[in-house]
Amino acid sequence: MSRQMMPKQDPFHRSQNFSEVALGYTKEQAVMEAARCLNCKKPFCVDGCPVEVNIPAFISRIKTGDFRGALLQIKEKNSLPAICGRVCPQESQCEERCVLGKKGDPVAIGALERFVADQATASGNESFPEISRNGFKAAVIGAGPAGLTAAADLALQGFDVTIFESLHSPGGVLQYGIPQFRLPKEIVAREVDYIQNLGVKLNTSVLVGQTITVQELFDSGFDAVFIGTGAGLPYFLEIPGENYNGVYSANEFLTRVNLMKAYRFPEYDTPVRIGSRVAVVGAGNVAMDAARTSLRLGAQEVYIVYRRSAAEMPARHEEIENAKEEGIIFKLLTNPTRIIGNDQGEVAALECIEMELGEPDASGRRRPVTIPGSEFQFPVDNVIVAIGQGPNPVLLRSTKGLNLNKHGYIQADPETLATNIPGVYAGGDIVTGAATVIAAMGAGKKAARQMVEYCKRKVV
Amino acid sequence: MEIIAKDTLAQRIVRLVVKTPAIAAKARPGHFVVVRLDDRAERIPLTIADFNREKGTITLIIQEVGKSTALINKMTVGDRFADILGPLGTPYPIEKIGTVVGVAGGLGAAPLYPKVKALYEAGNKVITILGAQRQELLILADELKAMSHQLLISTDDGSLGHKGFVTDLLRQVLHQEKVDEVIAIGPVVMMEACCKITRELNVKTVVSLNAVMVDGTGMCGGCRVTVGGTSKFCCVDGPSFDGLAVDFTELRQRQRYYSAQEKAAYQAYQEHGTEGCRCLAK
Ligand SMILES: Cc1cc2nc3c(=O)[nH]c(=O)nc-3n(C[C@H](O)[C@H](O)[C@H](O)COP(=O)(O)OP(=O)(O)OC[C@H]3O[C@@H](n4cnc5c(N)ncnc54)[C@H](O)[C@@H]3O)c2cc1C
Ligand SMILES: Cc1cc2nc3c(=O)[nH]c(=O)nc-3n(C[C@H](O)[C@H](O)[C@H](O)COP(=O)(O)OP(=O)(O)OC[C@H]3O[C@@H](n4cnc5c(N)ncnc54)[C@H](O)[C@@H]3O)c2cc1C
Ligand code: SF4
Ligand code: SF4
Ligand code: FES
Repeated sequence: MSRQMMPKQDPFHRSQNFSEVALGYTKEQAVMEAARCLNCKKPFCVDGCPVEVNIPAFISRIKTGDFRGALLQIKEKNSLPAICGRVCPQESQCEERCVLGKKGDPVAIGALERFVADQATASGNESFPEISRNGFKAAVIGAGPAGLTAAADLALQGFDVTIFESLHSPGGVLQYGIPQFRLPKEIVAREVDYIQNLGVKLNTSVLVGQTITVQELFDSGFDAVFIGTGAGLPYFLEIPGENYNGVYSANEFLTRVNLMKAYRFPEYDTPVRIGSRVAVVGAGNVAMDAARTSLRLGAQEVYIVYRRSAAEMPARHEEIENAKEEGIIFKLLTNPTRIIGNDQGEVAALECIEMELGEPDASGRRRPVTIPGSEFQFPVDNVIVAIGQGPNPVLLRSTKGLNLNKHGYIQADPETLATNIPGVYAGGDIVTGAATVIAAMGAGKKAARQMVEYCKRKVV
Repeated sequence: MEIIAKDTLAQRIVRLVVKTPAIAAKARPGHFVVVRLDDRAERIPLTIADFNREKGTITLIIQEVGKSTALINKMTVGDRFADILGPLGTPYPIEKIGTVVGVAGGLGAAPLYPKVKALYEAGNKVITILGAQRQELLILADELKAMSHQLLISTDDGSLGHKGFVTDLLRQVLHQEKVDEVIAIGPVVMMEACCKITRELNVKTVVSLNAVMVDGTGMCGGCRVTVGGTSKFCCVDGPSFDGLAVDFTELRQRQRYYSAQEKAAYQAYQEHGTEGCRCLAK
């Protein structure tokens, strides 16, 4: 039996709307896909999941139609399954290890996870455990996947938890970065609701470092602090012309569209400007999201400009396929050298140089090297820079004595996620650099467990 | 986040006192906030024009230039912002430096005031130059006068004080006095003109830049300005910068990127109120 394909909106229509692209399995499909799982004695798939979801156990429940049981099984390890089912890079995690993948297609674990989560909301019976309070107070800084997960786990352990989030809406990258057509914001809102129903207080529009400092949080009675502020500092190319109008960081572009809903301007007040030709620099998830969003805002030609080859593109496989189907043009082994502007100070063209792959570098990937004299230009109205993010300095510079690593991220013990300041834990992108949703959640979980221990130790 | 006092300072310019104790507790001269009116609103940066830690209030002075500022200026006592984030930016360092000249054009008086006040209280000699197109548009003259050793006024039409520009007065002062620092805040053209004068005389000059912002927290990079040949984020590294190093041409161009959309939204709002914008969507 072959892998069930998830129905999708057809590429032509979907490239003109912001509705979700992948439509999810039907019940019949889910049961058929579940039937493919061998329920392995030694399930390699689980080794590939950063939070060790008991994959064969939840899939077995789908086989028997016990969708709710399947959900509870997943939730033991993963509190945001509707999100992970949609955005985990399964092909390099759980599904990569699935034994069926050796000869054919692996079990569609992500799609099944998504199905189970969506099924539960459709039937609306989320239940809340009884929690007895333990008297401790924890502050969580940042409402991204790391912070939300830490908050949920601490609340379940009886902590009085307050999240401090700088934006007006929670979710972190799930809210401002990943577009509606890939992760509907209603799903993010639902997960946040769940966490608030556990008793977690959410304090938005508080920029820790400016509105209040970490020290002041302790002074005001918090016993422990978790920092999950993400990698929210956009990197630029540092090439001439980067401040012309029409050059966006992916963060700005996606924030305008997702968080501020500029795709519904003027119904919403925040504008965004996308012309008919757009070059997106980079080939990760962020770049794919920016490219596909440009298309949906009316761009006619959208390019992905990437200095390495197809094999090195870091985006999820599914999103690269989706982008191709929608007509995104890939200019690989191509590196921008200069942005050319018109007399209004607006982007007119992008100059690039061709690359070829040389010797492997430290990361094991073959290093791209320029081909001398191969510069060329092509006309564009926008350049969107999606080459990565770094640590935002606002909290870091105000937290005296906090140790950072050589890349400027917070130095946290990989086992305990403790920083050098007693009671301060950190996890997610602010420790590892830009990574994945599930890795950030894993860190939130790990830190929560340690914070519980820390507080208990403090009393004795 | 409730408005507890409101008055009108000039045509299209209002002053709001807003209750927000957490921000008031941390506010320093040079800080600003980002406000959002409601769920569909833009995030709008506004300078903290004054603050009172005991009362837990900050003062905002807003000039109507488009749809969002028009809506804010219609708010009344008892109304609330959906959210206010702050204080943001790097505060302007207050030290005893000697003689300081503050120059404000139009609404620039709002961000200038807290700096002048703090510098005056720190024991500096403060000379303030305040200018506007005409007398009715001058704001904060009394407040600035109380915090300056000398207040000079100019209006373009001569309806009050010197007839001409603030730059004329700045040139005069710089030739009469030994000045240690100039702070110039107002429209980009005005700040640029002030810097042209101070550059000739090699006087340190601080300006406050109003780049178009989104988050105000260093996350989007939309507020990039070029200072001394390198790109800075106005919201985190500023908004105060060394005026002699700022690329004003670029700033002016970047401020204009959304003009067409802004004009359409403002016009629709003026013709049809907030619903007008929804019509435009169809
Ligand atoms: C466009 C885009 C697409 C992506 N696609 C995928 C994908 O498909 N699959 C995948 O697994 N990963 C994807 N990622 C990566 C993934 O989203 C991140 O690794 C993950 O969100 C990191 O979680 P986090 O909680 O550490 O940080 P974030 O999600 O960045 O959340 C941090 C939160 O902290 C807040 N904050 C920051 N500073 C402060 C402060 N000083 N005070 C208070 N609050 C603060 C921020 O506003 C934010 O809400 C994508 C990333 C982007 C940008
Ligand atoms: C640090 C800082 C402090 C400021 N302090 C004050 C203040 O104290 N009082 C005051 O009245 N104004 C202040 N401004 C300017 C104010 O933010 C803009 O006037 C306002 O955003 C215009 O919104 P609008 O919808 O009414 O007008 P629009 O029609 O949208 O725009 C009119 C003009 O305002 C500017 N502008 C538009 N959107 C933004 C934005 N998101 N961020 C910054 N500028 C924008 C543009 O140059 C535009 O041409 C400040 C700006 C900055 C950056
Ligand atoms: S959480 Fe992600 S990696 Fe783990 S099983 Fe689910 S989809 Fe796979
Ligand atoms: S490895 Fe594949 S077949 Fe085996 S339990 Fe995991 S998902 Fe099922
Ligand atoms: S406004 Fe986004 S970085 Fe400054």
